[in-house]
Amino acid sequence: MTGSIAAIGAGLAAIGAGIGIGRIGGSAMEGMARQPEAASKIQAAMIIAAAFVEAVSLFAVVVALLGN
Amino acid sequence: MELVTPSIGLVFWTTVSFLILIFVLGKFAWKPIMKALDDRERSIEDALSAAEKAKEELTRLNNESEQLLKEARAERDKILKDAKDIKDATIADAKNLAKVEGEKMITKAKEEINNQKMAALAEVKNQVAGLSLEIAEKVLKHQLEDKSKQESLVNDLLKDVKLN
Amino acid sequence: MRNNRFFVVNRHAFVLIFALFSFVSINAFANTENVHSDSTQAQVNHTDSAAHGNAHAAGHGEEEKFNPSELILEHIADSYDWHLWGHTSIHLPVILYTDKGLEVFSSGKFNHGHDVYAGKNNYKIEHNHIVIVDAAGNVDEAASKKVLDFSITKNVASLLLSVTLLIIIFLSVASAYRKTEGKAPKGFQSMIEPVIIFVRDEVAKPNLGYKYGKFMPFLLTIFFFIWMNNMLGLVPFFPGGANVSGNIAFTMVLAVITFIVINLNGSKAYWGHIFKPHVPLWMYPLMIPVEIVGIFTKPIALMIRLFANITAGHILILSLISLIFIFKSALVATVAVPFAVFISVIELLVAFLQAFIFTMLAALFIGMAIEEPHADH
Repeated sequence: MTGSIAAIGAGLAAIGAGIGIGRIGGSAMEGMARQPEAASKIQAAMIIAAAFVEAVSLFAVVVALLGN
Repeated sequence: MELVTPSIGLVFWTTVSFLILIFVLGKFAWKPIMKALDDRERSIEDALSAAEKAKEELTRLNNESEQLLKEARAERDKILKDAKDIKDATIADAKNLAKVEGEKMITKAKEEINNQKMAALAEVKNQVAGLSLEIAEKVLKHQLEDKSKQESLVNDLLKDVKLN
Repeated sequence: MRNNRFFVVNRHAFVLIFALFSFVSINAFANTENVHSDSTQAQVNHTDSAAHGNAHAAGHGEEEKFNPSELILEHIADSYDWHLWGHTSIHLPVILYTDKGLEVFSSGKFNHGHDVYAGKNNYKIEHNHIVIVDAAGNVDEAASKKVLDFSITKNVASLLLSVTLLIIIFLSVASAYRKTEGKAPKGFQSMIEPVIIFVRDEVAKPNLGYKYGKFMPFLLTIFFFIWMNNMLGLVPFFPGGANVSGNIAFTMVLAVITFIVINLNGSKAYWGHIFKPHVPLWMYPLMIPVEIVGIFTKPIALMIRLFANITAGHILILSLISLIFIFKSALVATVAVPFAVFISVIELLVAFLQAFIFTMLAALFIGMAIEEPHADH
């Protein structure tokens, strides 16, 4: 039972992370479209930002695994 | 829970592996590799700058040779011009000389001609005078053959002469 | 753009990756949920499996109900022998440090967890751990807790293999540099060189500034160590297949080492930022704990990120393959196998990307720590 609840919470975290990464990707693409010459810099920054957001969802994975 | 509990064995072995790895690779791989990369980059940089310098040198040399060529050309033109001038001068000199010489010769010739003419004229005068004397002698001989004629003439002459 | 060939090539793939990160996570949740619901059953199975050889559940699929979560967990967990095929496996050495001294014996003595090995104590594998049992076969919990298990497990063997490979590869590359000094790289050397230059120019230099040289060995080692283990983990058969970089112990050690490197090189400005933040005095009780927690969350995030990403990738591929056995139909394979191949290819990229992100963030944190104080703030 606790596992299922943890999984629901983790799922909510995944939604948040999904929105976050989506926004990062979207904004990065907008930025790249606007300034193609800065594409490589934007890409590097995007990956780092996405990695941070992703870490949150991965914390949730761990919580789910802990709830086992 | 099992998944997120680190086991002491793997922690130990990972630590050992990583320390070995960073020691061995740091000493025998990264150091020479980074050094080689830096060296190569520096040598490439050096080669590039040397090439740049060589290029500059080449342009400089090119410019210089261009300059030299230009100078040489100018020199040649000058020499040619000088030669032409000299030639012209020589020709002019020669012409002048010839003219002067010619004139001199002409004057001389004219003088000569004059002299000759004078001489000839004198000769002719002498001859004419001789001839005239001869003619006058003959005419007079012929005229004054008889006495009457001689007397009339003397009379005529005496008539003309008035004592003044 | 110069050294960015990885990104340039994979620009489209990145979009996929980000889509996948969330997808992978969701899948991982789905699987863990499975694990939860089946855990009780798994426990029951496990107790009576001693006589039955549950370790080969997949091989005995006909006789038992196929249990995907158990299979997946078994594959991503550590084990004392390295399964090759069918009933063939390599028995790896078990090294135990107990209060009765050091014990070294082959894991074959356990006969895949069926037998009790009588050394200085009686040992038995229970729930994938070595425990001490008494003569009657009951687990001696108190004594078991004192056993320090330094066994060469599947993960440790894979780890040692990766270390050996890395040492061979980079020593040969280093000797190649000595041979072709001042010349263009050749063969394998030219394959490794762009990666080293990538780490130097894209990871170290932008984050560490002119001091990058000091940290290059650490960054390169951590990058290639993670990458090699990620790649070996993706090989589905013998020399690979161990989930080393998806093991929390492995990532924890790397994170702890990174933590030590960050804090040992912390400048005055770094510590000043933590203990004397530029905020009004009344906010100190709030800010200082936050900053102190921040010191620890950075490496913990590194640890969790690598662990969860790689584990999730393994879980995803295995669950796709498990679909075939769940539906007991070869027809499913026509969908599941290409999809598993596709995910495997993505995982190849993730293997690189995670190594890159770990190194990148380590460099970023070190760069923040060594930063000299400047006028603004």
